[in-house]
Amino acid sequence: MKYLGYVLEHLRKDLRLEWRSRDSINGMLFFVLLMVVVFSIAFDPAGYPTVTRQISGGILWVGLLFASMTALNQSWTREQRNQVLEAQRMAPSPASALFVGKALANMIFVLVVEAVLAPVFIIFFNLHVLGDPWLLALILPLGTWAIVVNGTFFAALGLRARNRELLLPLILLPLSLPAVLMMVQATTGVLTAELDPIYLQSWIKQLAGYDVIYTTVCILLFETVLNAE
Amino acid sequence: MQRVFPLQILRPHRISPENRGKMKAIVARSSTLRNVAWLWLVATAAVLVVGFRQAIFLAPMEETMGNLQRIFYYHLAHAILSLIFPYVNVAASLAYLYWRRRDPLKALSADALAVASAEVTVLYAGLCLATGMLWGKPAWGIWWTWDARLTTELILWLLYASYLLLRRFSPNGQTGVLSAVLAVFAAVDVPIVFMSIRWWRTQHPAPVFGPDGGGIDPAMVPAVLWNLTGWAMWGIFLIGLRFALERRRQLAEQEAALLALEASLETPQ
Repeated sequence: MKYLGYVLEHLRKDLRLEWRSRDSINGMLFFVLLMVVVFSIAFDPAGYPTVTRQISGGILWVGLLFASMTALNQSWTREQRNQVLEAQRMAPSPASALFVGKALANMIFVLVVEAVLAPVFIIFFNLHVLGDPWLLALILPLGTWAIVVNGTFFAALGLRARNRELLLPLILLPLSLPAVLMMVQATTGVLTAELDPIYLQSWIKQLAGYDVIYTTVCILLFETVLNAE
Repeated sequence: MQRVFPLQILRPHRISPENRGKMKAIVARSSTLRNVAWLWLVATAAVLVVGFRQAIFLAPMEETMGNLQRIFYYHLAHAILSLIFPYVNVAASLAYLYWRRRDPLKALSADALAVASAEVTVLYAGLCLATGMLWGKPAWGIWWTWDARLTTELILWLLYASYLLLRRFSPNGQTGVLSAVLAVFAAVDVPIVFMSIRWWRTQHPAPVFGPDGGGIDPAMVPAVLWNLTGWAMWGIFLIGLRFALERRRQLAEQEAALLALEASLETPQ
């Protein structure tokens, strides 16, 4: 209970900071919008509706993956100003509460972006969902958490590195490959309604398992990373 | 006057004089160790020669693929070993994280072992992929396919290449911790990759060994075993060599840091 209090306190702080500056969300929103436009021009979705339906799941996640990476780096640089991070390290609250709060805040930012993006995406790609669209309400948060939990962790890990902007994708992408596979397969399965429901269910379960495993590992190792030296 | 101590460089291993002596003893250029290394290298070469002879000249010709199949002895050994060396890496990384505060000197050795095994993993996985492609072109007609095992091996290679990159990019004094943490993540990722990709697709020849494997001609077994042993010995030799090199680098770094510290203490007020 006390731990939950710490997490909520961190979350509230991050949300307030974001509310005042709105850096991450604005940046991400425009970035994803640009990605959608670039992909639309590159793949010409209006001409080939079936192909579009088959690839749009992948395009959506690639766009979100890249967009969240731009925001994840900023979320920790914010803590570096005025040596806030040093203060956090000295604070008696558990280090992992800081991480969980930050990851939840990032999750909320990306979800907001997704909520705005979804209609735009459907309009630009002329998408017509053939499967059960409510399943997307399950897949999107699970996939987002898979990106955000590892992304927040590795952004903290690379915080003091020489070229951290480059380092984050270099270590996040190989690790996220199985998650990307799972979320893209599940999303495409829903969009095209061509995937056996048993397979679909299995992809969603695997994604949930991935989330659980990595959330655990991140929480266990965060203190080590925060106090690395 | 304010004096700046280059302690930053010394962390996490503040060395006392007796520890310094101990360290020298560990990695001193001992002639026994060198002789053992030479003997090991000669033995490895001998086993590899036998393995080559077994694979190329003695093993029977495969029924459908002919001589093409002989690359299998080389490919299989690298594939198996590239899945074993990551265990060394994660064990060394966990040992590093455990000893980091308790026994910094042991932690440094563990870190050296971790980097050595990661580099050899990248090498072996790369060779496995390359020989697989050489085989795939004539056998399948394509260099590459997104099959379960191929993809898993590629992701394994990518993971450990990113580990080496992190070591290159991470700030001084934190390399060990950050890379050890990434090693744990990579080790957790490999089984997940394996499971998820197997769900995705499978085109690689079915497993030859094990309960549901077709098995091989008994006359091919010696070639498999000699090659596996030979390449395992070669891999261990490379890891040992790289380990010794990394230990010397660490010692040189400590030596330099200590000299800088002593010089700063001698500065007149």
